Amino acid sequence: MTPARMRRLAWHALVLAIVAVMLYPLAWMLASSLKPSREIVTSVALIPRTWEWANYASALEPRVGVPVWRFFLNTALISAGAVVGNVITCSLAAYAFARLRFRLRAPMFAFMLATIMLPYHVVLIPQYTIFQQLGMVDTFWPLVLPKFLATDAFFVFLMVQFVRQLPQDLDEAARIDGCGPFRIFTLVILPLLRPALITTAIFTFIWTWNDFFQQLIYLSSPDNYTLPLALRLFVDTQESVANFGPMFALSVLSMLPVLLFFAAFQRYLIDGMATSGLKG
Amino acid sequence: MTTPLTRSAAARPRRRRSGTYGDHPATGYLFLSPWILGALLLFLGPMLASLYLSFTDYDLFSTPNWIGLENYERMLTDDARFGNSVLATVRFVVFGVPIQLAAALGVALLLNRASRMSGVYRSAFYAPSLLGGSVALALVWRSLFTADGPADQLSGLFGMPSRGWVNDPQLALAVLVLLIVWQFGAPMVIFLAGLKQIPQELYDAASVDGANAWQRFRAITVPMLSPVIFFNLVLNTINAFQVFNAAFVVSGGTGGPSDTTLFYTLYLWRKGFVEFNMGYASAMAWLLLLGIALVTGLIFRSARSWVHYAGEKK
Repeated sequence: MTPARMRRLAWHALVLAIVAVMLYPLAWMLASSLKPSREIVTSVALIPRTWEWANYASALEPRVGVPVWRFFLNTALISAGAVVGNVITCSLAAYAFARLRFRLRAPMFAFMLATIMLPYHVVLIPQYTIFQQLGMVDTFWPLVLPKFLATDAFFVFLMVQFVRQLPQDLDEAARIDGCGPFRIFTLVILPLLRPALITTAIFTFIWTWNDFFQQLIYLSSPDNYTLPLALRLFVDTQESVANFGPMFALSVLSMLPVLLFFAAFQRYLIDGMATSGLKG
Repeated sequence: MTTPLTRSAAARPRRRRSGTYGDHPATGYLFLSPWILGALLLFLGPMLASLYLSFTDYDLFSTPNWIGLENYERMLTDDARFGNSVLATVRFVVFGVPIQLAAALGVALLLNRASRMSGVYRSAFYAPSLLGGSVALALVWRSLFTADGPADQLSGLFGMPSRGWVNDPQLALAVLVLLIVWQFGAPMVIFLAGLKQIPQELYDAASVDGANAWQRFRAITVPMLSPVIFFNLVLNTINAFQVFNAAFVVSGGTGGPSDTTLFYTLYLWRKGFVEFNMGYASAMAWLLLLGIALVTGLIFRSARSWVHYAGEKK
């Protein structure tokens, strides 16, 4: 074996060893979801001694009087709403910031950047009061409506960076052909913006799916529970060993959509992350 | 940045480069109208309102009652748990962020070579960043570190018997630090993209001059990568100050044992939404903003001495 080949093999071995350590918690979760509850915590093994498929059956039994599919549906509805809102309004805002001219553009752009850094907690309580006054507490509106007002400035910024890279000659050509800004936006910019739109959609979906804080604050009746709120019930129950199996099974099920989206769109996710980070 | 052009300026030859179409000036505001509405109703207005509320006694149901600086005074002089929450959060940020970024940079350097498997490895390292913030994963993480769990068995192997890291005031915070370190994939991806932009000629020239691997790392990689290190440091520090889910789940919502995992945002949530002390919670939010601004400002100041931008004179 040549030294170069040896070095390459050693490199693969080293990287794989780190990958194994990194993925152990996930593998352990998957294995644990198939172990009998009393065995789970004490067993480090990645292959269950007895396969306890019943964990999944009991994970899917109703909780707090609500069928589990309802939690999935609620989470999916909120996530879908957030995706639609972000994709539409963030791209509109990004186009204005990147291409149009108006008097207050510079200060507005600066404010938009500042809101990326702003801790959500500074606006939390007045926002809560607003939604309470509107009678929207314990509905999905407080979780979805803000996305239709382009409040996720991170994505506005990501798309501004993307639009700025598009050659301006395209706009110019469309303008000479008689397009106004609305048609330039829909016919020229939006199609070219596709990669950034997909990145935005996927990240919005995953982050909303995983969100907990806002759901904890706004949703109170079990019918409106999302998956994180349903999983939270396991936090409260006194670590009853009897519940470990179903807890792991429901955890696995709740992560599946995120993992599937990641598997399908990882190129957009990773490249989108990398470029938005570098241009910052 | 550009300054807004007046109409007469827009008619000058610069027009084409500056990207104006010569449309009605309201067009920009029209496209921005959702954002403007959000900025006013969900950011600017609420920011001013929460600043006002921070000087009041407010329980969400009755009218706020002006009490001046009392919330801030109480926080800084008469609330031991507030002090605990600041301590827990600062310790988390000080340990978690540098270790996370070091891991991210280390693995990025390791992965930065041509291989058919690179993409697969990169995805494997990135996956935890997508799952790590979720309640589901936090539950799993807590189980890894409960009494007799895998972590206990591992520390037993090294002759350090433990009875559940999550119950041990000495170790509970480490569980959360490990969780954020585990999510090093996101900054790693950004490091990798930065590494790819460093011209290979620099390394070749240094090798010709006899620089060893460590010297090349110190003299080329670190300065060339410093803007990316800076970006990751700012972003991950700001985020780490606001971690909530993990502390909530690992401590069962209490911040225990002995307040060692009582993160700032967790205590803020308890004050606001468990005790309905909304004025106090608003004051905490503003101190959080000031704290983050201060730390970010310090990082920006320090950047002058260690962040190098290509093409910039020293």
